[in-house]
Amino acid sequence: MPDKAAIRIEAARLLAHFEAQGAVRVEADILQPAATLLDLYGEDIRARAFTTQDPVLGEAMLRPDFTVPVVQMHMDGGAEPARYTYSGKVFRAQDAALHRSSEYYQVGYEVFDGSDTAKADSEVFSMFYNALTPVGLRASSGDLGILLAAVKGLKTTDTRKSALLRHIWRPRRFRALLDRFSGRAPMPEGREKLLGEGGAKNDAPVIGLRGQDEIDARIQALREDASAPLISNQEVALLENILNLRETMTNGLVRLSDLAVDMPAIAPAVNRFEARCEALAARGINPENLDFEGSYGRTTLEYYDGFVFGFYAESRPDLPPVATGGRYDALTRMLGQGRSIPAVGGVIRPDLLLAIQEAGA
Amino acid sequence: MSVKLGLPSKGRLMEKTFDWFTSRGIALSRTGSSREYTAHAPGFDGLELVLLSAGEVPRELAAGRIHLGVTGSDLVREKLAMWSEKATEITPMGFGHADLIIAVPQAWVDVTTLEDLDAVAAAFRKKHGFRLRIATKYHRLIREHMRAHGVADYQLVDSQGATEGSIRNETAEAIADITSTGETLRANHLKILAGEPVHRSQAILFKSRMANWDADNSKILTALKSQLGIDANCAQNGDDT
Repeated sequence: MPDKAAIRIEAARLLAHFEAQGAVRVEADILQPAATLLDLYGEDIRARAFTTQDPVLGEAMLRPDFTVPVVQMHMDGGAEPARYTYSGKVFRAQDAALHRSSEYYQVGYEVFDGSDTAKADSEVFSMFYNALTPVGLRASSGDLGILLAAVKGLKTTDTRKSALLRHIWRPRRFRALLDRFSGRAPMPEGREKLLGEGGAKNDAPVIGLRGQDEIDARIQALREDASAPLISNQEVALLENILNLRETMTNGLVRLSDLAVDMPAIAPAVNRFEARCEALAARGINPENLDFEGSYGRTTLEYYDGFVFGFYAESRPDLPPVATGGRYDALTRMLGQGRSIPAVGGVIRPDLLLAIQEAGA
Repeated sequence: MSVKLGLPSKGRLMEKTFDWFTSRGIALSRTGSSREYTAHAPGFDGLELVLLSAGEVPRELAAGRIHLGVTGSDLVREKLAMWSEKATEITPMGFGHADLIIAVPQAWVDVTTLEDLDAVAAAFRKKHGFRLRIATKYHRLIREHMRAHGVADYQLVDSQGATEGSIRNETAEAIADITSTGETLRANHLKILAGEPVHRSQAILFKSRMANWDADNSKILTALKSQLGIDANCAQNGDDT
């Protein structure tokens, strides 16, 4: 890894670069209230973030990213459109055996501008593209909006759709649910008995907060689910086509347009994808040279719900992506409690950028 | 030089451990009064005994302050991140069996599997405005298990004892705890989720990777293993999480 002082200088350079492009420089506290992060990310964040205790603030976490505090700051009174940049360390407890640093710099660029989402997407992407492709990094991209639209468009019950949507970011669970709803996997253990004659009979006392009404409601929901028609093989195949797509952006658009004929629900999302391709071309970035993956962004970038991208060094597959970003309208909706703001942005890790340049030199 | 062996200092686990070594020709004995935490192995040269709480053995192994230690496999996995980099399993000892399980009220007839619990957690959060609470002291093991099985919308609440009572007390909706017979669970109107337990625990003789294993100490370990009837070639690498 490069020298720490050099990383700091590189972070300052990137920050100045984004400022020069018109972004307003902002800061965020290192100590963030844990409750907000737990509410957003769930228990998993405890394994990834450093938790600490302040006698007054209560449970706090060392910021695992800038996105949440920057969105909050903007929602508390930022005027639109807005472009922000920031630089600072984020803190991540590391997963088993990865041996990656648990604190590192991120330099970010975030755009809050709902006037033209394709334009905003391409603006953010080009900002990173122009900074990173000269050093030989490769871009990958995806669009979770297409997958979300495909699931919402399935000809099945709302209960099943919301179960699938809830697990979009957990591919294994998503797969298991899809197999279940399409009849490819058997009923889970105990289900048949429960729904059979007298299967819900029980003498045990109802203890705890979850009441009999909640138990009854779920049994009712399971009965409805058991009698609902299966998701058709054709629809499962269409979903799989999207999930397995690996193409250039240009060819990806052709394939998705074809799929939209059989799955009209994704047509608006495909139109947005097309508009993005055009907006990128207008900025001099040829979509024929960009990779597109139908599943990109499903495992690591939990709050993204539209365009997603990452930049990698092909010579260093051992390293995490040097930059990542995407659209996170859904995150602003959750933080805004009803209000939402179209938002797209990304971060660069100056330490990795330097490491790659050093290796290449 | 000597090899330090950390042993549980109390209760059944201590008795069984002493019996286990004694039956393999290494007599261990407490020195001083039964309340004094010292012991020695008179018949085996170079082995120094350290009496510890079973819960502290993982930490001492990771720090390399003891070379060997006896404790439950659950405690090592719970207390040490990336435990297999810090310790290896020399041999399971065949006692102290207990399963780490997840339990819910028996009245929840709609919940049999972890998949059911996940669906219930989503509905619970919608209705009550907070995530379904699971009381446990095994935070790392449960979090990893839930993550591996794609369970969302839950939270862990810490419970260091009488965990089975936390549902009735409305401080949790489910629990995760160690059980050997399940009797306490039944008495508290709880049932175990179907499928494999989160972890099957038993007492294990661990070797620290962090301790000083110079030539002398390695020789003592070889002699110890041979006395215990453990084939040096089949020592486990401890990656069977």
